[in-house]
Amino acid sequence: MTGEFILETRDLTKEFKGFTAVDRVNLKVRRGSIHALIGPNGAGKTTVFNLLTKFLAPTSGGILYKGQDITAEAPGHVAQKGIIRSFQISAVFPNLTVLENVRVALQRKLGTSFHFWQSEKTLDQLNSRAMELLEQVDLTQFAALTAGELPYGRKRALEIATTLAMDPELMLLDEPTQGMGHEDVGRVVELIRKVAANRTVLMVEHNMSVVANLSSTITVLQRGAVLAEGPYETVSKDPRVLEAYVGSEDAHG
Amino acid sequence: MSLSKTGVLYIAVLALACAAPFIGGYPLFLMKCLCFALFACAFNLLIGFTGLLSFGHAMFFGMAAYIAAHSAKVWGWTPEVAIIAATLGSAALGYVTGWLAVRRQGIYFAMITLALSQMVYFFCVQAPFTYAEDGIQSVPRGKLFGVISLADDRVMYYFVLAIFVFGYWMIHRIIHSPFGQVLKSIRENEPRALSLGYEVHKYKLLAFVLSAALAGMAGATKALALGLATLTDVQWQMSGEVVLMTLLGGMGTIAGPVVGSTIIIAMQNYLSGFGSWVTIIMGATFVVCVLAFRRGIVGELQHFLKSRSNKA
Ligand SMILES: Nc1ncnc2c1ncn2[C@@H]1O[C@H](COP(=O)(O)OP(=O)(O)OP(=O)(O)O)[C@@H](O)[C@H]1O
Ligand SMILES: [Mg+2]
Repeated sequence: MTGEFILETRDLTKEFKGFTAVDRVNLKVRRGSIHALIGPNGAGKTTVFNLLTKFLAPTSGGILYKGQDITAEAPGHVAQKGIIRSFQISAVFPNLTVLENVRVALQRKLGTSFHFWQSEKTLDQLNSRAMELLEQVDLTQFAALTAGELPYGRKRALEIATTLAMDPELMLLDEPTQGMGHEDVGRVVELIRKVAANRTVLMVEHNMSVVANLSSTITVLQRGAVLAEGPYETVSKDPRVLEAYVGSEDAHG
Repeated sequence: MSLSKTGVLYIAVLALACAAPFIGGYPLFLMKCLCFALFACAFNLLIGFTGLLSFGHAMFFGMAAYIAAHSAKVWGWTPEVAIIAATLGSAALGYVTGWLAVRRQGIYFAMITLALSQMVYFFCVQAPFTYAEDGIQSVPRGKLFGVISLADDRVMYYFVLAIFVFGYWMIHRIIHSPFGQVLKSIRENEPRALSLGYEVHKYKLLAFVLSAALAGMAGATKALALGLATLTDVQWQMSGEVVLMTLLGGMGTIAGPVVGSTIIIAMQNYLSGFGSWVTIIMGATFVVCVLAFRRGIVGELQHFLKSRSNKA
């Protein structure tokens, strides 16, 4: 039985020492959709991601993934169930090669990740799959470089390739185009569209043209609470949303 | 440096190590160097390749020294059995310590390891079998496999060298294994490793146990080689010394700790005439080294060779 929603939150709340960063959020992410989470700086978007991936424990409320309560799971287990996130600040393994970055993600499935007595050459069987993933993000020519040497936009692409290597059912992308030049943004948009073909994507994004371009549903957060929800056409005309963005420096797009 | 060049270098160093007692090397000194080199390599497995700073590694080194000394002297166990028993003992101690420490980050991790090693130290001060201030003295080296007498310093030296080579090879293997890849990714970016489904504390725990076991192997070997297990081996200064050795040689390089520990042991040995000035000279050397070569001696060397080959 597959439900309509892959992910649901029930009154999800996170308080930091009396300050409510996430306030009774009820999110429903439709299976197979690209869902955007937007809102001014400090609205609580990254905190929602941290709650969903169990990097933070919620103060109250619950999280359902594929109808199953995952509120009490450990972060590693949530990832193993198919929820994979990227980070707002580029998260590569800087001293591993580009190829190794992707391979580390593929490696767990071999079941040899605790084998300290085996040679790492046994991982070479994953190289061709890793190269395929790098090809999807146009990074094949950089495979042997250490990841730290890549320019910023390429690092973000590598991060997406690493996330894809996990073959996630639900991808959480935290500002995938942040800090990118115009061309890189276009490339990442196409990439997200491509990879979203057979999975669900929940993304935080400030760039409104990216949001308008990709997502079928938008949830607007403000001061931790859901302000509005719906398709771009409705949300972008909602007076409350316009007001929330007035005076906020993020009102680009 | 290409792989074959590294191979040639290893063979040359090994040949030199084999010849050392015949070309003027003093076996007791050489054995001490090898034991501390292994200790530092074991420590480096944590700080250099997992990113965990343990400030209590003396407990594994020292506890193993006591176990080996006691079992060889009082129970009359053969040296290889005594060393294996001590190594397993350290691994078990490492499991308990690691279990308590690996969920903590950064300085808290270091503090917990320090606190536990202090507990082990006070236990050793009190426990009757350690003979407190005197330590366990004149530990017999016994007969290897009950057959080969190790009483001769040169024979013992080759036994120690074999243990060192085995330990070094183990560490090399661990670093270049599927497990080692995960360790490196944890060191580089722990949240990312976690988000890729790795339960990072389990990996850290295994790394900790392996490091403790190898540190124990070094301590046990030292106790048999020098015939002595004392409180010095479990004291916090020893934990500090191994940090120093590793940083000096270059953490995260596989050969660095060997170089660092050899320099420090040599300095302690040859400068002992200066009395308490040794500590000050060592401190000054350390400060200079940290300021001049941040990557440690081997680290800087590798960096230099790499940048030169990049230019060429
Ligand atoms: N670990 C924490 N401890 C205390 N406060 C926190 C913590 N993490 C986040 N906050 C606070 O919670 C609020 C929401 O932060 P969050 O990072 O979720 O915002 P965001 O919507 O992702 O913003 P941005 O668009 O700038 O990325 C902020 O006021 C932040 O200071
Ligand atoms: Mg954020």
